[in-house]
Amino acid sequence: MSEQVGKVTWISGPVIKARGSRHVSMLELVEVGDEHLVGEVIGLDGDMITAQVYEETSGMRPGAPVFGTGLPLSVELGPGLLKSIFDGVQRPLPVIEKQTGSFISRGVSISPLDRTAKWNFLPKAKVGDQVSGGTILGVLPETQAIEHRVMVPPDMDGQLTWIAPIGQYTLDEVIAKFKTGKEERELTMLQRWPVRSPRPYKERLDQSIPLITGQRVLDTFFPVAKGGAAGIPGPFGSGKTVTQHSIAKWADAQVIVYIGCGERGNEMTEVLQEFPELIDPVSGKPLMERTVLIANTSNMPVAAREASIYTGITIAEYYRDMGYHVALMADSTSRWAEALREVSGRLEEMPAEEGYPAYLAGRLAEFYERAGNVTTQNDRNGSVTIVGAVSPPGGDFSEPVTQHTKRYIRCFWALDKSLASARHFPSINWLDSYSEYIENVADWWRENSGMDWYQMRNHAMEILSEEDRLSQIVKLVGPDALPSEERLVLETARLIREGFLQQNAMDAVDAFSTVQKQIRMLDLILHFHERGLKVVKRGAPIAVIHDLPVVDTLIRMKTTVPNEQLEKLDDIRKAIDEQMDKLDTEYR
Amino acid sequence: MSEQTMLGGQQVIGVKRIEGPILVVEGAANVGYDEVVDILDPRGKIRRGRVLEVGEQFAVIQIFAGSTGLSIDGTRVRFLGSTLKMPVAEEMLGRVFDGLGRPIDGGPEPLTDRYADVNGQPINPTARVYPRDYIQTGISAIDGMNTLLRGQKLPIFSGAGMPHDQIAAQIVRQATLGGPAGGTPTESEQFAIVFAAMGVKHDVADYFRKSFTESGALTRVAMFLNLADDPPVERLVTPRAALTLAEYLAYERQMHVLVILTDMTNYCEALRQISNVRGEVPSRKGYPGYLYSDLASLYERTGRIRTSEGSITQIPILTMPNDDITHPVPDLTGYITEGQITLGRDLDHQGIYPPIAVLPSLSRLMKDGIGGPKMVMHSESVGSQSRLMDHGTGKDRTRADHPHLSAQLYAAYAHCQDVRALASVIGEEELGDVDQKYLKLGRGFEREFINQGLVENRTIEQTLNIGWRLLSRLPKEELTRVSLDEIQQFYQSDHAVD
Repeated sequence: MSEQVGKVTWISGPVIKARGSRHVSMLELVEVGDEHLVGEVIGLDGDMITAQVYEETSGMRPGAPVFGTGLPLSVELGPGLLKSIFDGVQRPLPVIEKQTGSFISRGVSISPLDRTAKWNFLPKAKVGDQVSGGTILGVLPETQAIEHRVMVPPDMDGQLTWIAPIGQYTLDEVIAKFKTGKEERELTMLQRWPVRSPRPYKERLDQSIPLITGQRVLDTFFPVAKGGAAGIPGPFGSGKTVTQHSIAKWADAQVIVYIGCGERGNEMTEVLQEFPELIDPVSGKPLMERTVLIANTSNMPVAAREASIYTGITIAEYYRDMGYHVALMADSTSRWAEALREVSGRLEEMPAEEGYPAYLAGRLAEFYERAGNVTTQNDRNGSVTIVGAVSPPGGDFSEPVTQHTKRYIRCFWALDKSLASARHFPSINWLDSYSEYIENVADWWRENSGMDWYQMRNHAMEILSEEDRLSQIVKLVGPDALPSEERLVLETARLIREGFLQQNAMDAVDAFSTVQKQIRMLDLILHFHERGLKVVKRGAPIAVIHDLPVVDTLIRMKTTVPNEQLEKLDDIRKAIDEQMDKLDTEYR
Repeated sequence: MSEQTMLGGQQVIGVKRIEGPILVVEGAANVGYDEVVDILDPRGKIRRGRVLEVGEQFAVIQIFAGSTGLSIDGTRVRFLGSTLKMPVAEEMLGRVFDGLGRPIDGGPEPLTDRYADVNGQPINPTARVYPRDYIQTGISAIDGMNTLLRGQKLPIFSGAGMPHDQIAAQIVRQATLGGPAGGTPTESEQFAIVFAAMGVKHDVADYFRKSFTESGALTRVAMFLNLADDPPVERLVTPRAALTLAEYLAYERQMHVLVILTDMTNYCEALRQISNVRGEVPSRKGYPGYLYSDLASLYERTGRIRTSEGSITQIPILTMPNDDITHPVPDLTGYITEGQITLGRDLDHQGIYPPIAVLPSLSRLMKDGIGGPKMVMHSESVGSQSRLMDHGTGKDRTRADHPHLSAQLYAAYAHCQDVRALASVIGEEELGDVDQKYLKLGRGFEREFINQGLVENRTIEQTLNIGWRLLSRLPKEELTRVSLDEIQQFYQSDHAVD
């Protein structure tokens, strides 16, 4: 398949130059040296080819051969993606481990998907059917949780002339034949798609359904819609990864693609060990059954880190095309931007801000725009939601990656170091964060919670921002100078912060809250506030409210009331009323 | 390193340009990227270098020992035909090496035919074992609040003049694999210490050597020294040489290796120097854009793998220029390492040792190593296979109340800082009753919990009990992070009265 197209003339880290054929095309996949290290053409100048290499280039010499493949960097799409863990260029890490041991050596060539596995194919199309891109030919159970829908690749159409009967097939076996004009073509369950091109769909739809993550601060205060894009920026130690893991675990998406892009090796190991044991609350199956992992850790080659984001999003789009709601986590997009910067630096391109190339904003836009809620080519509804972590140097949100990201996302979850230091997790700052999806998903919330979520949420936000204003005054003159009504605001705000916003990802009960639990918890806190307000207006000192036993109950309800026993919340409501009634009579 | 000398290789004369520690040679064909070179200076002495960039007719070389005394015509370069490798052997424990891994203690070259590339190779994430066994350091601020696990990388963020060396030495002296609280800590199995000094003063190296000698560990220590007056460029190799030996000991000799790297700030400065001379586009504060990847290539060489019982635990030390935690070196380090132990200048001024500023410190892996005994997931059958499986299931944890207790201490101490800020405005007398108690807790926390002697070795049980004693100074209603059962069990009501 590959023929020699040139010879290496210059090497600097992951970037090489070679002299040779003028027929090599931009972004073509090339193999460099006798070890056939995988690379990608990123520049052409006369007969000079510039390529970035996805593996370590130590020891490579000028004169080494460069082979062309004629294809752009592509991923293999087909059954077997779920439950897998790949590196940035879709090499399966467990197979690499079997071949080369605990350390990743270079020049390993392995096909991404297992060619020996047999899948139970059930045909859905008939001979004579007109098929086009996206048509579902058949289905197979890929994992316990997900049915894999075998589709015609996007850019093909014709009349079906043969389809395989129900049975077991490997990825290399032909499962359908169709005719375009006079030409007959064969299809297997496997297709390839160039990672840098978005997969086509029919049309984009509104984003009006929230992605429920089970994280109260996100769902109730700053929701992201299915098909939307959210960013989590935060300095180190503020809990980006824990938040990403929580979303990956509890989000009500059907498929999760998790990209560990330039992050810690142990974090991926943690996911690998934890996910098979955790049960998805929606499907009731182990979380791993719906998860694809891409791991290009910080010490793995930097050019492959750049590719990992594209590998992940292409896989996400593939499941979207089957009609699934997919959530993609990218941790962290800053490391991806840094990979871009490193390659750009080696090419001696003119830098823009902080050494990043001028095309950084464009690349970020291309990536985030691949999120969306769409009608697929086969007229199903599918979506890709992107949640990208950003690691701003020094926690400074004015740096280029955070700033450019903000332009292409509509949901901003700002992590706060001082909250993290006080062990307030998730340390999402409620004053700096925003979501532009609130209006979009308000109807969904009303229908699914039976309460006026929009109004309740805004009321709670008011209390929180009022607290911020008041705490400025408290810092100057102490709390005693405030009137009781304002001190009640501080008290309720504390309840919201400690009883609602704080959520312990390690606690079995607290890790995940259903929509019902979230809205009813908030309702209780607001009810407490309302009743309290009446009492203080009658002249009761704030201390009597602060000392009510129900305050402690409200703060602990997140861990004491499991999702399945929400009736316990009724008892708490009763307790609020009883204790407030008593105060009512005392301060008449 | 004898292997490379035996390989021979081509010799070239045409030096074209010398600039700082960088040498450009022309007329060299067939040179490999990252290849090692010997440079013969006009007086016939050999210096070592490494190829940074290579074209068809030229090569850019980094000279570890600097270019002083080199001339255009009198210098010859010999390409050795391979990347930088060093010998690794168990006998290297108890020895002292220079920054490139050559013996400087007067002893012979290590006798081995096992050579390893100093750059190492990335560990496959699927081959890793997630760290779960906690290390008892005997220091309350670490064990109680920022627990260190075997296979973790936990740096010390310090500043000039603070006692980071003493803390590191104390950890080395006292570290044992923790048993369940209250039980006697198990004697550590095969352990080793690899110490790499990059640009630190002679006194620092001597301090560590003395400390190792006193604790009787010197025969288990391999020291790699690139001191302040040694060539700066050599520093780029020093931590790699140290980690190469550590990997050999941990993954092939099944040892538990503790690696101390000091001072990472000097390392990064050497990297910046090279980058500068090469005219690379700088990112923040003149550091190269690849600083993150470069640091990751060191820090990620930590952990445990499935095929070995051994482990590498890293404690890098770095001094934050001007105590600025947002400086690129601590900043990027914090993004890679699994937490950080941050030292606080104000605590140091108050005479508190160790001056560990608990709030900006963090151990990311702590959650997986503390608490009560966890159910062992894997079937416990007899045989070596299952033994391999269950190292890492966290059988040896601390105590069931530990996670909540530390969260509560964090929250209370953070609140205490707010109260202090308020008190500085309105005066302590104006504070409410509860806030007064927080102030008292804060003081107690610093003086009784954080503060301890240089040789004081507290068990985890002692540490946790001090924590509860302090919390008992607050009213029960304030303790919302601990469970009611835990309050029942550990809250000491008599303290609440005073």
